[in-house]
Amino acid sequence: MAHTETSGTNRRDFLYIATGAVGAVGAASLVWPFISQLQPDQSVLALSTAEVDLSPIAEGQMVTVQWRGKPIFIFNRAPKVVETVRAVPLSQLIDPQPDQDRVKSGHDNFLIVVGICTHLGCVPIGNQGNYEGWFCPCHGSQYDASGRVRVGPAPLNLPVPPYTFTSDTKIVIG
Amino acid sequence: MEGHSTYQPKGKVARWFESRLPLVGLAHSSAVAYPTPKNLNYLWTFGAILTFMLVCQIVSGIVLAMHYTAYAPISFARVEHIMRDVNYGWLIRYIHANGASMFFIAVYIHIFRGLYYGSYKAPREVLWILGVVIYLLMMATAFMGYVLPWGQMSYWGATVITNLFSAIPVVGETIVQWLWGGYSVGDPTLNRFFSLHYLLPFMIAGVVGLHIWALHHVGQNNPEGVDVKSVAKDTVPFTPYATIKDMFAMVVFLMFFAWFIFYIPNYLGHSDNYIPANPLATPAHIVPEWYFLPFYAILRSVPDKLGGVLAMFGAIAVLAFLPWLDTSKVRSARYRPMFKQFFWIFLVVAVGLGYLGSKPAEGGYVIASRIFTVYYFVHFLIILPVLGLIERPRPMPASIADAVLARGAKGATASGAKA
Repeated sequence: MAHTETSGTNRRDFLYIATGAVGAVGAASLVWPFISQLQPDQSVLALSTAEVDLSPIAEGQMVTVQWRGKPIFIFNRAPKVVETVRAVPLSQLIDPQPDQDRVKSGHDNFLIVVGICTHLGCVPIGNQGNYEGWFCPCHGSQYDASGRVRVGPAPLNLPVPPYTFTSDTKIVIG
Repeated sequence: MEGHSTYQPKGKVARWFESRLPLVGLAHSSAVAYPTPKNLNYLWTFGAILTFMLVCQIVSGIVLAMHYTAYAPISFARVEHIMRDVNYGWLIRYIHANGASMFFIAVYIHIFRGLYYGSYKAPREVLWILGVVIYLLMMATAFMGYVLPWGQMSYWGATVITNLFSAIPVVGETIVQWLWGGYSVGDPTLNRFFSLHYLLPFMIAGVVGLHIWALHHVGQNNPEGVDVKSVAKDTVPFTPYATIKDMFAMVVFLMFFAWFIFYIPNYLGHSDNYIPANPLATPAHIVPEWYFLPFYAILRSVPDKLGGVLAMFGAIAVLAFLPWLDTSKVRSARYRPMFKQFFWIFLVVAVGLGYLGSKPAEGGYVIASRIFTVYYFVHFLIILPVLGLIERPRPMPASIADAVLARGAKGATASGAKA
């Protein structure tokens, strides 16, 4: 060192703080693009609605359609089946929810749920298990005709995707 | 234990180079002059076997990547293209696929050797923890590699394992979406897994470098578990003694490996993975690769989703705390009569969990996995800490040389000369 500093701060201190501050902000703002690129991209988002015609689905029939790469179960339930699931007291359920909240009123026969087991993501098999609904082959969870979990290890009911009836026989999912 | 390198460059060029970068001297001190305990048995050859397996996986993997394409609609067909069209593609793929299993067989022997002889105890805690890190990286690499053929097991294995993270409260769903790059396992997932599957082996190689550095700094443990007291009496130079022994063991291991490649290449795989991935149908009985089965059994034995995931990761994490959970100062099970029994019980429980993981989750299998899971944790969290306090170790030899000579004398009377 050619000379000794006498004052508390000097040019190097200023450069140290300024460089550090700009560098930190720069690094932080670069982190976001690298995280954001992990999220679903525009081509994936573009597939985020699906239109389904319900008229060919007969009473008692279960149909699987695809939305966002996921299976969606559409179940045209017989009136007796609807009565059965509505008669179950909520206290018996693992994830209590009345059947009325899981369908659109006026279309009570149509149950539309995401066909992915809420345990670890397998696709449950229809018309199996003891509750007129689905049975998951991976770890044995069972769902009733309202898509509600009745036997674990799944913690939650099959989720209802966002959908609307555009006419009496057509729905748009997403 | 610093190696006593006697390396003196002879030629003029070698001297010139050595004074600028002492590379040859480093190789000499760590692989030629490095003193190894003279009583090491064949269980100590698995470090070299594992290093070889890492190189084998990287070389065969780089070649496979030259013929593979990570794009969901064609990846399955590309793997079949490797199997049918590429010259010797079948061989290279079978080397790589079975190589993963051989890697895990070797690492499990290596880990259980460490457990038996107390290789995790002071001063080898960091060495041990680096080993746990390598094991975790190996599991991540193997899992992502299994996704690449894009068969049914690839797809549904990826779905189940990535969904494990959804059990994390609050941020779980977001993390899963970041892993997927979509709303389910799909093409973006396949691409990022391929990228990471190529990266992680080089990270393993880096941590292996640290692992070997730590090993050479503190010195190898040995079957007697006593420290090296005299380099002259207790050790032999790495070359030729350990080098030849490691190479011999490696060749025997390669014969075992070759038997799988040429005679039963699909024995350890699952036939469902020869069905292209179908996002709308889960196979009736999905199981992970055999080397994950004990942890899969632990996951399934807990009836709660988050609890199961925590137990599974906890079963691996507990290994990192082992140096402090085992309160005994005596390393080798040879001098720990009670620990020895519990070691074998633990081995049976660990293998038993693997068996249970391959069975459907129902009836007696579930009850058995629950009992075994509880025992797994009891072994680490209760038995090992308590054992160190109540166990009376057997008298230990004064030095490695003493133990070798005593054994030699016994062997000589029993079965003639024994090296």
